[in-house]
Amino acid sequence: MAINSQHIVIIGGGPAGLEAASCLGTAGYRVTVLEKEKQTGGKLLIWDKLFPEFRNSDKVLNHLSNGFKTNPPQILTNAEVVSVIPENGQHRINLRDGQAFQADTVLITTGFKLYNAEKKEEYGYQIYENVITSFDLEKQLKTGNPIRIEAGLTPRRIAFIHCVGSRDIKSGNIYCSRTCCITGVKQAIEIKRRLSDAEVFNFYMDLRMFGQNFEELYIEAQQKWGVTFIRGRVSEIAENKDNSLQLKAEDTLSGRPIKMSFDLVVLLAGMVPEPRTVEIGKSAGLEFTSGNFLAGLDSHISQNETNTPGIFIAGTCREPLSVAETLTDARAATVKMISWLRENETSHKKPLIKRDND
Amino acid sequence: MKDWGYSILKGRQIDFENNDFSIAEYITKHEPSFRWCIGCGSCTATCSAARLTDFNPRKLKLLIQRGEIKGLADEIAKCMLCGKCQLVCPRGINTRNVIQNIKRALNTCHAL
Ligand SMILES: Cc1cc2nc3c(=O)[nH]c(=O)nc-3n(C[C@H](O)[C@H](O)[C@H](O)COP(=O)(O)OP(=O)(O)OC[C@H]3O[C@@H](n4cnc5c(N)ncnc54)[C@H](O)[C@@H]3O)c2cc1C
Ligand code: SF4
Ligand code: SF4
Ligand code: SF4
Repeated sequence: MAINSQHIVIIGGGPAGLEAASCLGTAGYRVTVLEKEKQTGGKLLIWDKLFPEFRNSDKVLNHLSNGFKTNPPQILTNAEVVSVIPENGQHRINLRDGQAFQADTVLITTGFKLYNAEKKEEYGYQIYENVITSFDLEKQLKTGNPIRIEAGLTPRRIAFIHCVGSRDIKSGNIYCSRTCCITGVKQAIEIKRRLSDAEVFNFYMDLRMFGQNFEELYIEAQQKWGVTFIRGRVSEIAENKDNSLQLKAEDTLSGRPIKMSFDLVVLLAGMVPEPRTVEIGKSAGLEFTSGNFLAGLDSHISQNETNTPGIFIAGTCREPLSVAETLTDARAATVKMISWLRENETSHKKPLIKRDND
Repeated sequence: MKDWGYSILKGRQIDFENNDFSIAEYITKHEPSFRWCIGCGSCTATCSAARLTDFNPRKLKLLIQRGEIKGLADEIAKCMLCGKCQLVCPRGINTRNVIQNIKRALNTCHAL
């Protein structure tokens, strides 16, 4: 049972939202989670196995729902938030269906959206049938069915293209999406596990293996699975008569252009902010990063606080992060929220539940 | 292997589909660490032959992996098998043995 009447609303029931809800619930606060989909879990509902240890994403989902043993939050699904309006020291949260909620403090954890790879026309997504995204591949892997290309055949040669819609001024996004390099390594290994005879090539600009065990996984991809990494950004893809794909890049380490054919091409599309999150941010008077993610107050000391007092942000709605980083970020945000609530307690109405030493 | 080739017969493009991977396969089989390279260039930086000639052990290994083996025998002859490159390789690649195997591969699967 809540020991504190102060009400916290968390917008978005993905990994960040659920982790924060369990921390705040354990600390005794009254928490409501508003989730736009019919189920909480965010992208973990879609991903098959998680880097770096190839754990099933269900395992992390189970961990998140086990956090609700003491003082569980109220979780509302099919509840899409459209705006957050600061009002008399509180916040009004408006849903698309017209409902509204009142909260002392708000945590925004609305996550990210995959970059729309159709915009990079030169790669032919939604034009050539055997060009897919990392998102599509993840869904296919999750079915457990054998990997097949459109014609029902087993692909023999597969390419991963890094930095699709990231680090690319032409796509409007100059930032690095951070997790796609390691996702490319994860998915390359997963393909080799299932199709040991396939040849897998990753075309990269830089390989950013920043996390614990990421470099190890990259080495494993080379040593155990024979994945080939070619440094060079693919300039274009064309379809051959037999629906295989012809790919052009510079093999920059040899300084020579290279031409190769593939049966399947996977685009490692980057992370972009949800358009709705941008609207919510504007309604609440928040600031944005250069990539249009929600901006924290300070890049060193207060990443989870915003310029609107009482509104906090965590997870990939503020920058591209892995699941582990997202969960850490969510926990960090709750500490800041609790101190903020304590400092602002006196200015509020009396707690609903009287404590002995009050 | 200066191959400026204004002859237009073969462009500079690496034509992966039609290249020759027999040497790469031979080396990978006998010295699997051949494929662990990350192209850092430490081997070339330390190589005495590279200091005096246009020999480039990093690039040589890469071109073999891409199936580009024209002029390989002349190139590999520049290596003195001193093994310095192996001392500096951050991936722990047995570079000296890679080179030995390039030589063996040339003798066994190719009469270049
Ligand atoms: C292809 C791919 C593979 C990946 N694989 C891995 C991996 O193997 N390991 C790993 O660590 N990381 C992986 N990641 C990264 C991982 O997906 C993120 O770290 C994680 O999803 C971030 O969680 P989040 O809660 O910030 O956002 P999300 O997972 O995006 O969750 C946000 C939630 O908010 C809800 N929401 C959004 N807007 C609203 C609104 N207006 N109102 C109400 N609810 C809303 C959404 O429906 C969703 O449930 C991968 C990313 C990609 C693109
Ligand atoms: S993580 Fe890798 S693929 Fe993704 S944007 Fe950064 S460099 Fe590119
Ligand atoms: S073994 Fe050959 S390639 Fe390596 S440093 Fe010596 S001369 Fe150079
Ligand atoms: S030192 Fe090792 S990793 Fe670096 S280029 Fe040479 S062989 Fe490759």
